[in-house]
Amino acid sequence: MMEVLIIKTVLAGIVFFAALNLAGFHTWVERKQSALIQDRIGANRAEIFGFRFLGMFHGMADVLKMFTKEDIVPAGADRALHTLAPFFSVFFALVTFAGIPFGDRLIIGDRVIELQVAHIDAALLYIFAMLSLGVYGVILAGFASRNNYALLGGLRATAQMISYEIALGIALLGVIMVYGTIDLAEIVRAQGRMIGGWLPMWGILTQPVAFFVFVTAALAETKRVPFDLPEGESEIIGYFVEYSGMKFGMFFLTDFLETIVVASLATTLFFGGWQVPWLMPDGFHFPWGTVVLLPNLVYVLLGVASFSIKGLIFCFVFMQVRWTLPRFRYDQLMNLGWKGLFPISVVNIVVTAVVLALLRGAR
Amino acid sequence: MGVTVKVVRRRELTFWEKLYVPQIVCGLKITFTHFFRNLFVHMAHQFGRLKNRSAAATIQFPEEMRPLMSRYRSRHRLTLREDHTPRCVGCMLCETVCPAKCITIVPGEHPDPNVEKYPVRFDIDLGVCVYCGYCVEVCPEDAIRMDTGILDVAAYSREAMRLDIHELMNPAMRKPIRECNLTFPHKCQLSGGQMKGSWDGIARHAVPH
Repeated sequence: MMEVLIIKTVLAGIVFFAALNLAGFHTWVERKQSALIQDRIGANRAEIFGFRFLGMFHGMADVLKMFTKEDIVPAGADRALHTLAPFFSVFFALVTFAGIPFGDRLIIGDRVIELQVAHIDAALLYIFAMLSLGVYGVILAGFASRNNYALLGGLRATAQMISYEIALGIALLGVIMVYGTIDLAEIVRAQGRMIGGWLPMWGILTQPVAFFVFVTAALAETKRVPFDLPEGESEIIGYFVEYSGMKFGMFFLTDFLETIVVASLATTLFFGGWQVPWLMPDGFHFPWGTVVLLPNLVYVLLGVASFSIKGLIFCFVFMQVRWTLPRFRYDQLMNLGWKGLFPISVVNIVVTAVVLALLRGAR
Repeated sequence: MGVTVKVVRRRELTFWEKLYVPQIVCGLKITFTHFFRNLFVHMAHQFGRLKNRSAAATIQFPEEMRPLMSRYRSRHRLTLREDHTPRCVGCMLCETVCPAKCITIVPGEHPDPNVEKYPVRFDIDLGVCVYCGYCVEVCPEDAIRMDTGILDVAAYSREAMRLDIHELMNPAMRKPIRECNLTFPHKCQLSGGQMKGSWDGIARHAVPH
């Protein structure tokens, strides 16, 4: 029992360490990537003992600044809820990571460790439940601030969540139908199968339409440009108008954490998670017949590296999209959600069902 | 009187544009091109290559200066004669023309009979100056110019924004001025009110025996 506890704690520690650091790193990536896109240089002045490291220390400086700033609760605000809201946001963004499998089974001695913090057989449902609960932080922030603009931001977040969660869920139904499970670890394992002996059966190949719907809806889920209507700095400032100091920082952190969650989800569901093409648990089996045998530890580490790289690429692409597109107008957003993505994902389910029925009937 | 009206029709979006995705891909193409081109040029700069191409439009200000036009009006200076005395003859034209009234001149009698006066004090309060350049235009002796290229005039007090004659004659000099080494007699308040320099050289040079 004790061993299980220790293993789980270590796993949770690794995941939290990686997620929080990556979220901090995102501030740097955001600054530098946008700078490169816009022919600028980006923040590069913060230094420690003369070392600047391309402005890496600006994230740290920001956090120090936020911690030392005055924490203001507006006079008319509901003190308890106002304080609770950012914690809600960060909490639900962080617990989501528990359901994501970031590697295959690690075998130490006679103990088999699943590289997934919480090995839930309904991990997909769990993750989406947590992501949806995350919006409560935003709604509470808008509601408890006693500020009309914050309330507008909160309402927009709610409306946006409703119209996108549905498309998101229905798009994923296709994936669930293809792999026949809602256990994320099993979904990833199923993606290791080969089509025709050489093409890995990744979700992007079996469910390309669902992938596009998922990415669009997932971007809306993260509340970042082009779907940053709850924030909308240029029109309503958003649900965090009345927040200052680290509480504001926590909302900011939530945005980045959700981006990472969504990137990991896209990797897990559509790009084979920790799968490396042609890598089986005992080593590489290339389609032309070469076999390279590998020990279990190397195999697992390769899987973790594969998962991380794919996730980082998704983060990069999401960031690029964020700096390419302008914000949607509210009616355009609703149109896209209800008249665009929703019907597409429904049609996708029908087509998937028919194709699956035909394939199984043929068998 | 017929009013000509030009009707501007909003162009309908084509089907291709309404699909969103192709247009998004076009946008991503632009941002990716910029991203990777600039990344490549930045890396090349690190290895000392492609120095003739810039990866960013940024001018890193305190270290780098934007090139100024030759007629740009920057901080003032007083021009000098060959013997390093100010060219100014204390005619008060600039003080008179100054719309901001930021120039204060106290003229004194010059030992050279060919030169009527010289400025004992010549102060410009940059906190008040509007950089109109009238003082430069009005000067009959070409004694004041605004061509130092100094733009970052900043100080912690209003008093420190007042340039005295030392700073105006030597653009490199900034407050606090520790030593006053003028080659003409001037009551320097910064060096304890002592007279610096001497009349002798000027008088010998200017007045024939």
